[in-house]
Amino acid sequence: MREGFFHLTAWLPHGLQATLWIMLKIVAILAPLMLCVAYFTFAERKLIGYMQIRVGPNRVGPRGWLQPIADALKLMMKEIIIPNRSNKALFLIAPVLSITPALAAWAVIPFSDTLVLADIDASLLYILALTSMGVYGVIVAGWASNSKYAFLGAMRSAAQIVAYEIAMGFALVGVLMVAGSLNLREIVHGQAGSLFHWYWLPLLPLFLVYFISGVAETNRAPFDVAEGESEIVAGFHVEYSGMAFAVFFLAEYANMLLIAALTVIMFLGGWLPPFEVAPFTWIPPLLWFGIKTSLVAFFFLWFRATFPRYRYDQIMRLGWKVLIPITLVWIAVIGAGKFYTPFGAFFA
Amino acid sequence: MGIDIKQLYKTFTLKELRKGMRVTGRRLFSRKITIMYPKEKTPKSPRFRGLHALRRYPNGEERCIACKLCEAVCPALAITIDSEERADGTRRTTRYDIDLFKCIYCGFCEEACPVDSIVMTDIHEFHMEEEHERWIDKQRLLEIGDQYETEIAAARKQDAPYR
Repeated sequence: MREGFFHLTAWLPHGLQATLWIMLKIVAILAPLMLCVAYFTFAERKLIGYMQIRVGPNRVGPRGWLQPIADALKLMMKEIIIPNRSNKALFLIAPVLSITPALAAWAVIPFSDTLVLADIDASLLYILALTSMGVYGVIVAGWASNSKYAFLGAMRSAAQIVAYEIAMGFALVGVLMVAGSLNLREIVHGQAGSLFHWYWLPLLPLFLVYFISGVAETNRAPFDVAEGESEIVAGFHVEYSGMAFAVFFLAEYANMLLIAALTVIMFLGGWLPPFEVAPFTWIPPLLWFGIKTSLVAFFFLWFRATFPRYRYDQIMRLGWKVLIPITLVWIAVIGAGKFYTPFGAFFA
Repeated sequence: MGIDIKQLYKTFTLKELRKGMRVTGRRLFSRKITIMYPKEKTPKSPRFRGLHALRRYPNGEERCIACKLCEAVCPALAITIDSEERADGTRRTTRYDIDLFKCIYCGFCEEACPVDSIVMTDIHEFHMEEEHERWIDKQRLLEIGDQYETEIAAARKQDAPYR
């Protein structure tokens, strides 16, 4: 494909050609991602509706399928209100700060063995670095709005994300120990075999901790104190409207999909089929990746439909006094099991 | 303070969480109870208290005798009545205004009426576009009564045993 493109655009100067090619690759990932995000919001409204014995949105288009398009159009038409006493530059930078890491992280996600934009060696480190960046968008938004609700939301969110970042990092240390590589593609290759070779089994506690921290990290129910409607209106994005709000919204959902994709890559065998036999191997790897990611993403919505919001001190207790100790203990168990017991192969 | 093994087991296997998710998971597949409103409507009681109407006797004579009981009982002071002696010697209203913004739809006017003149129909899907439309006068009330007389009479009849 690369050769074809360069052949077609041979009349362009070389630098421009390379830039165009990079742009094309970015679009090839972001366009489907944005579409997924749009329909993820639709899936959320529908599923939560179904779980509450309602039917959810069904007015726009056949069975409501054009609802996300209508929502996007509406948000684009609306005015972006900039509060008078806010810090205008930071107020407008904040949504960008929050969506950039959410999108940039997708650069290293291996959709299949060959389909990865940047196959860098330390991609796990890159992911950790970028997902930690997301919190700055929230903090800056809360501070720049010059509103007490926004500020309270930002404070809560910052404390929460910092706490769960650690548990998340430790869970990934476990993956790193077992896989022996920081490259996401290598990590998936390490899980080859079948359902029972995937890392969710030897790393079961870490798998759960990672997913729970992931839910907390994306400020989703039941950890959505950062935007708790009943307490602080909408948290850090109260003052945002129109497209500026939509960007925060997109970032939240892109992050959710990112966490789902990462969970699949690190614990559920990425693009690998559950068994290496006939009917399972017929489905292409990209589709397996999609199916698994959707399944994990479905849990985010299921949680939201089921659990009430945690109290703030409960969130802190769970993060610092439960999840972090569990990960530390299990890291020790992996280390000891791998090198000092005959069951080392279990932690391959 | 000993360690409660049972509690620990419950916590670490996420028992309560799974229980909750089972409930919502089951509901995901259960029959939805949504009513597609403009197309489908829930049944209304014959006692439903909606828009007001003034009724007539079968011979076309208006029932209202301007006793002003409804005006007196109205807790929101939404009814205004003026009366006069008609040429045939009976007392009738010259003005019967209801302020729909003041009205709280309590139905006391209907209960107070000795001649079953002022009634509340089951019409609840109405709206106003101009400010002055909040007042409905005697003529409009009689028109509503004439238009929905069969429904009004049917609802009264259905509810009669319980009155």
